[in-house]
Amino acid sequence: MDNRASRSTRAGRRGPWALLLVLALTAVIAGCTPAGQQTTPAGDRHTLVVGATLEPASMDAFHNSAASIPQVLLYNVYETLVKVDSDGKLKPLLAQGWEVSPDRLTYTFHLNPAAKFASGAALDATAVKTGFEKLKADTKLTETLRAQAAIVASVEAPEASTVVFTLTRPSLMWLYDMSSTLGMVVDPTFTGDLATATAGSGPYTLQKLNKGTSVVLGKSPSYWGTPGRFDEVTFRYIADPNAQNAAMLSGEIDVVSNLQAPESLAQFSDTSRFSVIRGTTNGEVVLGLNHQTKALQDLRVRQALTMAIDRTALRDTVWNGEGTLIGSMAVPTDPWYTDLSGTNPYDPARARELLADAGYAEGLTLRLRVPTTAYATKSAKFVASQLRDVGVTATIEELDFNRWLAEVFTPDDAGKSNYDMTIVAHVEARDLGKFANPDYYWHYADPEFVRLFTEADESGTADQVAGMQSAVKFLADDAAAIWLFALPNLVITDAGITGIPQNATTLSFDLTTIASA
Amino acid sequence: MSVLARQVARRLGIFAVTLLGASVLIFAITSALPGDLAQVMLGLDASPEALAALRAELGLDRPLPLRYLAWVGGMLGGDFGISRLSGYPVLQLMAPRFAVTGWLVLFGMIGALLIAVPAGMVAALKRRHWQGFAVNALAQVGMAIPVFWGGILLVSLVAVRLRWLPANGYVPLSQDPAGWASHLVLPALTLSLVQGAVLIRYVRSAFVEVLDEDYYRTARAIGWRPAPALLRHGLRNAAMSLVTVLGLQLSAVLVGAIVVEQVFALPGLGTLLLTAVQQRDLLLVQGTVMFLVLAVLAVNALVDFSYLAIDPRQRTGESR
Repeated sequence: MDNRASRSTRAGRRGPWALLLVLALTAVIAGCTPAGQQTTPAGDRHTLVVGATLEPASMDAFHNSAASIPQVLLYNVYETLVKVDSDGKLKPLLAQGWEVSPDRLTYTFHLNPAAKFASGAALDATAVKTGFEKLKADTKLTETLRAQAAIVASVEAPEASTVVFTLTRPSLMWLYDMSSTLGMVVDPTFTGDLATATAGSGPYTLQKLNKGTSVVLGKSPSYWGTPGRFDEVTFRYIADPNAQNAAMLSGEIDVVSNLQAPESLAQFSDTSRFSVIRGTTNGEVVLGLNHQTKALQDLRVRQALTMAIDRTALRDTVWNGEGTLIGSMAVPTDPWYTDLSGTNPYDPARARELLADAGYAEGLTLRLRVPTTAYATKSAKFVASQLRDVGVTATIEELDFNRWLAEVFTPDDAGKSNYDMTIVAHVEARDLGKFANPDYYWHYADPEFVRLFTEADESGTADQVAGMQSAVKFLADDAAAIWLFALPNLVITDAGITGIPQNATTLSFDLTTIASA
Repeated sequence: MSVLARQVARRLGIFAVTLLGASVLIFAITSALPGDLAQVMLGLDASPEALAALRAELGLDRPLPLRYLAWVGGMLGGDFGISRLSGYPVLQLMAPRFAVTGWLVLFGMIGALLIAVPAGMVAALKRRHWQGFAVNALAQVGMAIPVFWGGILLVSLVAVRLRWLPANGYVPLSQDPAGWASHLVLPALTLSLVQGAVLIRYVRSAFVEVLDEDYYRTARAIGWRPAPALLRHGLRNAAMSLVTVLGLQLSAVLVGAIVVEQVFALPGLGTLLLTAVQQRDLLLVQGTVMFLVLAVLAVNALVDFSYLAIDPRQRTGESR
C-alpha cells in the first residue's frame, strides 16, 4: 500500500515539475540566441558591449561631476580641441595644431576645417567661443569646472578656423583640463536637455538610455573623421564585481572596462577566449596623514611610518600584486613621473629608531579612519598589523563613504579634521596640486612645496617637467603622505578585440581606437 | 454581510494607522543618516557658498516636522517628490523598477509553491520513511544557503559553465519577451529554491495535521488512496495556514529579491533603493521604502480577506 501511495505521490509531483522543466527549456532556447551571437567571428562584429560599474544619473557632465558620464561621452560623443592619449601625451583632435605665446598666456588653436557636429552644423571658431562663454557664465556649473574655467580671461574667434584663448596666468595644467570635460564642445544650435540627449561632434551619438541597466551609443552617420568601428556600443552597468565577471565569462559582455576585484584575474586566464590588458590609472592610493596631529608634524615619525610598511607585500596581499608602486603623488603616465618607490624603503628596525628619537619609544596610538571601499579596508588591516610591529597602534574605524566625506574629508567649522590617518584613492589626473592647499584634509602645504609647485605650473613646458619632478620628489622626501600603490587599469576583453587603450589616462573609455581583428 | 463589512473596516483602519507609523519611522531614520546631502551631491570640490545655496534649495535648513508634513502631504496627492540626483520625479523612477521586482517576487513565490507543496506532501505522507527524512534534510540545506550564494552557484553552473542562460541583466517584456524570460529564470529560481525550502516545513506540518483529521480517515476508509485524499480533502484546510505563512514570508521574499537583484544586476526596486541610499538621494529612499511598506501591508490585508474566501465559516461569523 505504501508503495502504491508513493507512486501516486510521484505522479502528483510530475505535473508541476514538468511545467517548470518546460519553462526552463523555453528559456534556454530563448537564451541561446544572444549566446549564439557572441560566437560570431570577431571580424564581423558590429556591436560592442562594455561592462562598467556605476550608472550615470544623467548625461550632463557640466552639472554633474560623476566620472561615469565622461567615461561614456568624452572623445566618443563629445570632442575636445586636444586629447590625451593612452601614454598621457597631448594629441590634436578638433584642433589640428596649436601655438602658445612666449608669455604662456595666449593659446592659438587651428581647427580642423572638416569638423562638424552630428547635427550637421559647422564646428568653427564661433561655435567654440560661444560654447565656452556660455559655460563660463553658467552659475550651476560643477565646482571643479568653474575653477578650471576661471583661469580663462577671454576667447576670440578671429577666423572661422582659428580660436584664441587668453589666460589670466600661465598654467600648463589648463591644456590638460581642456582635454577633459571642460573642453567638450557642445553644438550651439542644440536646444534640448543635455541630461537626456547629446549634441556633440564625435563618432558616436547617444541612442538610448535604459534606466538602471545600460546606455546605448550608435554610430554617427555623418562623422567628419574616421567613422566609428561599431554600429552600436552598449555600456552595461553591473555594480557587483562577481556579477560583472560572470557576465564576461558567459559571453554577454565583450569588455570589462575596469576589473574591480584583481583577485579574480585568474578566471580569465584562457587566452583563446580572453585578453587581459594591464596598465595604470590616475588613481593614487594614498595613506593620508593629518598634519594637524602633533605626532605627525614630526618628519621622523612620518618617515618611520613609511619605513614600517612593506609596500610591495601590501600590494601583493591587497591588490593581487597588480598596480605600480609609486612613492609619491604621480603615476607612470604623468610626464614628470619618476620611480620614487625606493624613498624611505621598508626597514622596521630603522623605523623603531626614528620613533624612539622622536620620543615615541613607549609607543604611539593613531586613529586610522577609512571609507568602506575594498582597497581601503584591506590596506588598513595590513597597515595596522605592520605598524604594530614597530610599536604604533593604529585603531581602525571603517566609515561608509558618505560618513567618511562628512567626518574625515570635510574639516569642522574650526578647520580641524577628525582623523590621524586615512586611506583613499585620489583618481583625478595630475593632482599633486592638492598638497599645496593648506585647507585640504591633509593640511600639508609646506611653503617650500607650494613654491616648487607654483613655479613649475607657471613655467614653460621643458622647465615644467623638471620643476614638477622636484615638487614630486620633495613630497616623497618629506613623507607628506604614504603612497601605497597606483590603482592598475585592468581591462578584460574578448580575445578578438584589439586597440583598447592600455592606460586610463583620462576619464574617457575611448572607443575610437578599438578594433576587432 | 455586516460581519464582512466590519472585518473589512477593521482591516482598513489597521492598514492606515500602520502606514502612518511607518511614514514617521522612515522619515526619522533617513533624516538621522550621517553625511551632508549637499556635500554628497556636489562632490569633493564643492565651495562652502555652493553648499549653503544647495542646502537652502533642498529645504535642509527647514525644521524637521515641516519637512515631514510637506513630504506626507505631497504623497497623499500622489507626488513623491523629485529625486535630487537625477532630477526625475520619484514615482517615474520607481514605476519601471516596480515591474522588475514584481515579476521577480511573483515568479519566485509561484516557484516556491511549486517546490514546497509537492515536497511538503511527500514529507508529510512519508514522514517515517527515508523519503520524508530526505525532504526534511534537503529543506534544512536549502534554508541554510544564503540567497546570494545560491544565486552565485546557479550563475557559475548554468550561465558560466553551461552557458545556457544569461548570467545577469534585464530586458523589458515589451521589448523582447524571449530575452525577458531568459533573464528572469535564474533570479526567480534562486528565490524559489530558498523560499521553497522555508515553506516545505509549513506545508509538511499543515498536511501532517490533516492526516489526523476525521474527514481524512473517512476518505481513506471509503477507499481513497492517500495522495488523492490529501489533495481533495486536505489542500483547502492546509491552504489556510499556508496563505498565512505566505503573507508573512512576503517581506522575507522582498528582502531576498533585493539581494537577488544585486547578484543578477536586475534594475528593480532593490537596486534603486541601494543606489539611492549610497548617494543619499533621500526622497528616493523614503519613497521607495514607503512603497515597499505599502506593498507588504496591502498583501497582508489581502491575506486576511482571502481567509474569507477560503473558509466559508468566517463569512457568516459562525465558529467551529
